[in-house]
Amino acid sequence: MSGVESFTTETRVRQMTSDTGLAERWDHTLARLGYKRNDHRVEPGIYALGAPGPDSPVFVTSNYTLSFDALRSALAGIDGYILALDTKGINVWCAAGKGTFGTDELVNRIDVTGLRQVVRHRVLIVPQLGAPGIAAHEVKKRSGFKIEYGPVRASDLPGYLQNRKATPEMRRVHFGLADRTVLIPVEAVAALPVLIVATAVAFIFGGLLVAAAAASAILAGISLFAIVLPWLPTRDFSTKGFILGFAVELPFALAVLFSGPSVWEWTKLLQAASFLLILPPITAYLALNFTGSTTFTSRSGVKREIYRYIPIMAATFSIGILVTIANAVVKIWGGI
Amino acid sequence: MLNSYLLTTLRYDPELCNRCGKCTEVCPHAVFKANGRAIDLARPAACMECGACQLNCPTGAITVDSGVGCAGAMIRAALTRKTEATCG
Repeated sequence: MSGVESFTTETRVRQMTSDTGLAERWDHTLARLGYKRNDHRVEPGIYALGAPGPDSPVFVTSNYTLSFDALRSALAGIDGYILALDTKGINVWCAAGKGTFGTDELVNRIDVTGLRQVVRHRVLIVPQLGAPGIAAHEVKKRSGFKIEYGPVRASDLPGYLQNRKATPEMRRVHFGLADRTVLIPVEAVAALPVLIVATAVAFIFGGLLVAAAAASAILAGISLFAIVLPWLPTRDFSTKGFILGFAVELPFALAVLFSGPSVWEWTKLLQAASFLLILPPITAYLALNFTGSTTFTSRSGVKREIYRYIPIMAATFSIGILVTIANAVVKIWGGI
Repeated sequence: MLNSYLLTTLRYDPELCNRCGKCTEVCPHAVFKANGRAIDLARPAACMECGACQLNCPTGAITVDSGVGCAGAMIRAALTRKTEATCG
């Protein structure tokens, strides 16, 4: 058992409902846009849902509002307790990876909240995606509480609670279109300054078509990529990004080639080539960074991608810059 | 060739396994599967190296290198030759 059981003169249990409405949707939207990302928190501690008693189940979650609200709204009609850990407003999965949704915090929170006085049983239902941070056998040894890993998704809890068994499907994580799309706003907001500056610079040096080409390369990387991810060929994100970038820039290259009677002019060929050399690596780089937002890329794989493809991105980009400079020289020589 | 995700650092020693099945409960990609008499590595290439199995294996039969997997953090570390930091 962990040290001395701390005494709380008053075990604080806050009453909470399963209802979520306008206020929650507003808060979640701001979170999804990246506004004050770490400030969407609830107070850590015990919350009562419905009319629980000493034998009611205890559900553990993080103190991130999206996690907390997903849990309590999934438990509509159920009497139970929620134990919110202090993960500094970070969601269960990321906090588990960092260790804040961890064995130490869980054991500490049990002590500090006086959970032992609130429930008679010694079982905690922990979301499966908290497992990277929780050593179940260690929690048992240190606190006396047994860990039951509940389903991945809070919405599966009612089904899980029927017989406290998770189906294999409840234990699987996927990355469907809705999961991918909901990540786009926060990516877009983060990339907005770069997008504006790059488009402005491209416009100043190259005009409207060049600006549109540059903007589309960045936009494809931060939004279109997430949507079409599973349908792009190859398994690596960098190569998927190259393919998408090439496809997005091809119309611009063709627009340059066919903007006038003759296709075979040096300046037009060089400009089309520079579109296809400078811009796809940008999309590929953004695509590579999207690996961190997925639920299935391994660290080893991402490392391999970095060492394989960053040099190719840098080389292609640099050659493209050289081609652009060569094109400028050709223009000056030709007196165009 | 264009699949960097075939090999991971996941290692499983069936000799140390006590068949508690915790790995099958915590893995989000069904990498482990109970076959009645033992636990098998059913889908090793599906492993995302989250480390849940390693942490919850009471006998230490599973090891995996589960550090920060964020491309941005790893690129920064590669360029500055420092140990990896988290991105936030």
